[in-house]
Amino acid sequence: MGVRTWIQEWPVYRQLTGSDPLGRGAATTSAATREQRPRTVTADKVVKSVCPYCAVGCAQNVYVKDDRVVQIEGDPDSPVSRGRLCPKGSASLQLTTGESRRHEVLYRRPYGTEWERLDLDTAMDMVVERVIRTRREGWQWERDGVSVNRTLGIASLGGATLDNEENYLIKKLLTGLGVIQVENQARVCHSSTVAGLGTSFGRGGATTFLQDLQNADCIVIEGSNFAEAHPVGFQWVMEAKARGAKVIHVDPRFSRTSALADLYVPIRAGTDIAFLGGIINHVLTGGHDFRDYVLEYTNAATIVGEDFEDTEDLAGIFSGLDPETGHYSISTWAYEGGEVQAPQGTPDELYEDRTRRDASLSSAASSESHGSGGAPTSAQVPTDRTLRHPRCVYQILKRHFSRYTPEMVEETCGIPQDTFLEVCHALVENSGPDRTSEFVYAVGWTQHTVGAQYIRTASILQLLLGNIGRPGGGIQALRGHASIQGSSDIPTLFNVLPGYIPMPHAHAHEDLDTFVEAMKTDKGFWGEMRSYVVSLLKAYFGDAARADNDYCFGHLPRLTGSHSTYHTVKEMLDGVCKGYFLMGENPAVGSANTKMQRLGMANLDWLVVRDFSLIESATWWQDGPEIETGELRTEDIATEVFFFPAAAHTEKSGSFTNTNRMLQWHFAAKEPDGEARSDLWFMYHLGRRIKERLKDSTDPMDRPVQDLAWSYPTEGPLDEPSAEAILAEINGRDARGAPLSAYTQLKDDGSTSCGCWIYCGVYADGVNQAARRKPHTEQDWVAAEWAWAWPANRRILYNRASADPDGKPWSERKALVWWDADQERWTGHDVPDFIPDRAPSYRPPEDARGPDALSGVDPFIMQADGKGWLYAPAGLVDGPMPTHYEPQDSPVRNPLHPEQQRNPVREVISDEHNAFHPSGGEPGSEVFPYMITTYRLTEHFTAGGMSRWTPYLAELQPEFFCEVSPELAAERHLEHTGWATLVSARGVIEARVMVTERMSPIRAGGRTVHQIGLPYHWGPNGYTRGDAANELSAIALDPNVHIQEVKALSADIRPGRRPRGPKLTALLEDYRRRAGITPRTGTEVRG
Amino acid sequence: MTDTSKRPSLIGRNLLAGAEPDVAGDAGHEDHPPRVGFFTDTSVCIGCKACEVACKEWNAIPEDGLDFTGMSFDNTQGLSASTWRHVAFIEQNKPLGRAETGVDHGDVDVLALAAQGSGTPVQEAAITPTSPASPSADGQNGLRWLMSSDVCKHCTHAACLDVCPTGALFRTEFGTVVVQDDVCNGCGYCVPACPYGVIDVRPEDGGAHKCTLCYDRLGAGQEPACAKACPTDSIQFGPLDGLRERAAARVEELHRVGVEDARLYGHDPEDGVGGDGAFFLLLDEPEVYGLPPDPVVTTRDLPSMWRHAGAAALTLLGGVAAVFAAQAGVSGRRTGRRR
Repeated sequence: MGVRTWIQEWPVYRQLTGSDPLGRGAATTSAATREQRPRTVTADKVVKSVCPYCAVGCAQNVYVKDDRVVQIEGDPDSPVSRGRLCPKGSASLQLTTGESRRHEVLYRRPYGTEWERLDLDTAMDMVVERVIRTRREGWQWERDGVSVNRTLGIASLGGATLDNEENYLIKKLLTGLGVIQVENQARVCHSSTVAGLGTSFGRGGATTFLQDLQNADCIVIEGSNFAEAHPVGFQWVMEAKARGAKVIHVDPRFSRTSALADLYVPIRAGTDIAFLGGIINHVLTGGHDFRDYVLEYTNAATIVGEDFEDTEDLAGIFSGLDPETGHYSISTWAYEGGEVQAPQGTPDELYEDRTRRDASLSSAASSESHGSGGAPTSAQVPTDRTLRHPRCVYQILKRHFSRYTPEMVEETCGIPQDTFLEVCHALVENSGPDRTSEFVYAVGWTQHTVGAQYIRTASILQLLLGNIGRPGGGIQALRGHASIQGSSDIPTLFNVLPGYIPMPHAHAHEDLDTFVEAMKTDKGFWGEMRSYVVSLLKAYFGDAARADNDYCFGHLPRLTGSHSTYHTVKEMLDGVCKGYFLMGENPAVGSANTKMQRLGMANLDWLVVRDFSLIESATWWQDGPEIETGELRTEDIATEVFFFPAAAHTEKSGSFTNTNRMLQWHFAAKEPDGEARSDLWFMYHLGRRIKERLKDSTDPMDRPVQDLAWSYPTEGPLDEPSAEAILAEINGRDARGAPLSAYTQLKDDGSTSCGCWIYCGVYADGVNQAARRKPHTEQDWVAAEWAWAWPANRRILYNRASADPDGKPWSERKALVWWDADQERWTGHDVPDFIPDRAPSYRPPEDARGPDALSGVDPFIMQADGKGWLYAPAGLVDGPMPTHYEPQDSPVRNPLHPEQQRNPVREVISDEHNAFHPSGGEPGSEVFPYMITTYRLTEHFTAGGMSRWTPYLAELQPEFFCEVSPELAAERHLEHTGWATLVSARGVIEARVMVTERMSPIRAGGRTVHQIGLPYHWGPNGYTRGDAANELSAIALDPNVHIQEVKALSADIRPGRRPRGPKLTALLEDYRRRAGITPRTGTEVRG
Repeated sequence: MTDTSKRPSLIGRNLLAGAEPDVAGDAGHEDHPPRVGFFTDTSVCIGCKACEVACKEWNAIPEDGLDFTGMSFDNTQGLSASTWRHVAFIEQNKPLGRAETGVDHGDVDVLALAAQGSGTPVQEAAITPTSPASPSADGQNGLRWLMSSDVCKHCTHAACLDVCPTGALFRTEFGTVVVQDDVCNGCGYCVPACPYGVIDVRPEDGGAHKCTLCYDRLGAGQEPACAKACPTDSIQFGPLDGLRERAAARVEELHRVGVEDARLYGHDPEDGVGGDGAFFLLLDEPEVYGLPPDPVVTTRDLPSMWRHAGAAALTLLGGVAAVFAAQAGVSGRRTGRRR
């Protein structure tokens, strides 16, 4: 720098000579200030990605400089997020590049007290050796004389935070190995959604997409903390509000969602069926249903068999209950003259009936023998279009809900009658040809012992109001992990294969044909199930799958009952399950009854944890709560623990399926550091090494592994398998290897392969459709050219129903798709969810099967009768219609059915650590007088693995707390910001106290019910630490889908911190003794 | 762009208070872009704190403490050297959307509260929400939960800048006020000068820090990180004139639908700081959010103070001169006498 320049740089010189004589602006800038450029500009490249937190699926731009990620922010082109990110999405730079991530493999040897280092290659070989050994030792050829071909020795948990391609490889490899206990977060979060929506409409996903909220005239958010758990998606509620929509929030807690609602309705936790049932009653008794819609598009007119008896007739139970086993025989629920299959939900219920060639059952419903055919088509089911027949669905529904009066709603839910009626009026006024209302829910509905029926209740109501398949209508299931929809579609779930094809149960002499016969429907697209199954088997077993070996159908391991993650825990405790993979899931915090989770893991031979940091599920042997109380000693625990650091979303390519079934591709921005690897890498190389070891084996149990098609191209220095190649396999190929473009091209003769039939088309024309990123500003509001949604890129499902029976929109205001008579095709704003050229006037011949049997007025093309189900004759094991039952642990006696407190067929797992509470005024129920509901905060994520270690998030909600009302605080002497101890029969925890009027006591069941809110994100590890709310929860499950009840459970609260060490176990024992708890408490079927 | 030829001379104007139409031009920025700012519409804020995190990520600000405050969901407590966005949470016993106007806070020392932000300890807080209150007579809670993201106001008359002795604080071409880290010596004069309690010195590095309105991003035509992240567009960024129009329309709209409590804060060029570059739509009195009700630039009275000081100095000087003059006379006389 010359002297002249140096002088000119002097601010005083510039002040005196320039335009800023006061020296407050231009003159005072330093060289550094003038030269600064944002790192978004200086980056070497910008990589398109998707946020890894919740399932809104906000698009991200990842800025990379010198092979380092330097910034992550929203991509303004996205039609879903419009460039916005919530605090978690905004913190994803710190999540992925922060100091809390581990990059080395760690190993804890049996009985070891410390972690040791292990190199990645050795660790992989050790895991391979253990998988092969455990599989061999635990192999089952048969169970009860029936072939099962499986091992219960190994289990896996996790997938909802992973890519679709990773889920695909996990399920494929483990299925090939005969491992059936494959589960992920979808089990504990939204499994009841699949059953509830699936049986009602034919598909288990949300019926609409987030942006469509803006078209709603009324939005009811219930069972969801929308604004907190899905903040960026909530912008569409605000859009609707700005356009004049009424927003109603129904919740036990006044949350940040309530703060933005027009009407907040406090409700007693666990009573939503009573509330929604009350609205159904209001609609039916007032004649407010959308009659033309109901008559044409639902099963309202269908006649139900004579043997059906309702809960109103049988004191709270339906016909068919076996009080000894606690199971329903569902045959009496059938339509008159025949049963009808629901492939979603629990189709195996009807296996015997549907495969029996010469059955002669006494019941009218199942007495038909169907020859080689299945259930009769709906054309043969009698209907009464006047809706007057006493056994038509409409009349049965009306009777069933007739006691759900405003008075009963008040008594049960604690909702004042005028508030309840305000909701009724808002919904009725905002439904019909010109207006639509939308329901939004999340795990506040799913996580109950009657979870699937919560969603059924909303489905029935929305069908009656004519809100399904129409813009601004529908049911929005908000999902909470980046790809939890994907890990349901390409399932890492025990009971389904990709595309919701049921996993085969063990049956004698079952082959591919009998399996398909039992599962498929005769009408609609499930009628083509054989094509889907054969194409999947071709994708799994490649050339080895041939017509002469039943396409390797026999290679598939068989189920015997439930193998859910909770039943697997029991298998661990019983010493059956010996090896466990945890891939991005933290059951020691996030699953119900965390103590059983840890005790189960302490009984394993080996445990593999793949995560970013040392989560509680990886370190329980060292510092878990049982070590603190002395129930376990580190030196006594034999479990070998492997910790593998995982790659972040920025370090791998793949697709996430968002909450609205939309697959969005994210590209790798860089290679993972150290020994961190993607789960795709882990599964691929694990499978490759296992196959290599077993390639010369002559043991027949190794044949499926040998036959597994496992050749994928790898790329880069780490030999990362190509995610796009796997997406192409998922999409499917024809006989020449060319990509398919639609599932209608699938064949059942082995000439096509397809890894997930509902995803067929995502790689159409050899182009990664999930990677499409045409900006929303260059498209209409549907934005069909952004990414790709299943099925067939439709955004609003069942949208045939947006037009009247003649194919015209119900109103101009609510037009979506319609029949173009000139072109003789369906057309409109969205991809029609219907056969493109099937005219509204078309009526199928009597003998039509599959899609050919769909008439021009059957909008629910996946349903066995083409109709939306107000009444579910099959598909659910706990009733064809929803009924209010109290939660498993509830201080309130069931006001609706005092003689039947709980869901009679709920699942409870008996274990000394899974004790239940006396309920509903029974002696001892006063020991646990309060209701707890668990929930999420904006600032944290699920079990904390992706937020508690992130300082920017931790500081926003730095401690575990409980929310209590001022009244409860006074009653129990709880001090604001002080400590409270919470006790259930399962555990004792402590939390800071948040006294707030947002929690209000509720008057219900003739008493005051105090409710306590507990965010469930905390655990003893991480940057912010606290006790886990799930120490209190029990394993009490919905019988359809085995989801746990954590949204409503009774407990006690007392001031002060909890005891430490053995005193804690003593306090727990004392509570159990005072409540008189026995192993039988709360397990009864009747009563 | 402003036509600099028409800009009035700086001489003879009070640049420390009152209306100031061309804040960047008067700071020597020729051909500068329009003044930009934030309009924070708290009526659509969902309290997610994305702004806090996006700000910290972009500006690499350290995490600053895991304190469970009990102040509703506000654990940030206020703006500081390491917190440039702060979301306040106020729980109130008022019906949603039908808020009453004219709530009397006469018995509350609002200035004392404002100085503490919404981090007022519960027991000391007169209008802080989570202090348990009894339900109304009918047992119904008409509850509302206000959330508001606070930030540096980028005042038209920025006292922090005016008092900065090193030139570290400067007015940018966008009309915003920014600290230059490489110039700041950490003297801390700016800290008490700010009428909002925004700027502070970070003990770890000894420098004063506050929101820069993402000066580096603005230079590249990008919006500030907080506004970009905000899920509901509660934080809006843009040319100040446009924002003021939008804000006026929004208040009108809210009044039309019955939210009579809606009012703007910091929008008025005639207020004590000449209007804020970052202004707000509030649903209650400013002090409820921890904002001073009538902020005044602390240097407003500098001219008159200097005038008075000058007069005093002149008087003093005159006195001294008179004394000397008198002295001279006396000594002359003495000399004369001696002579």
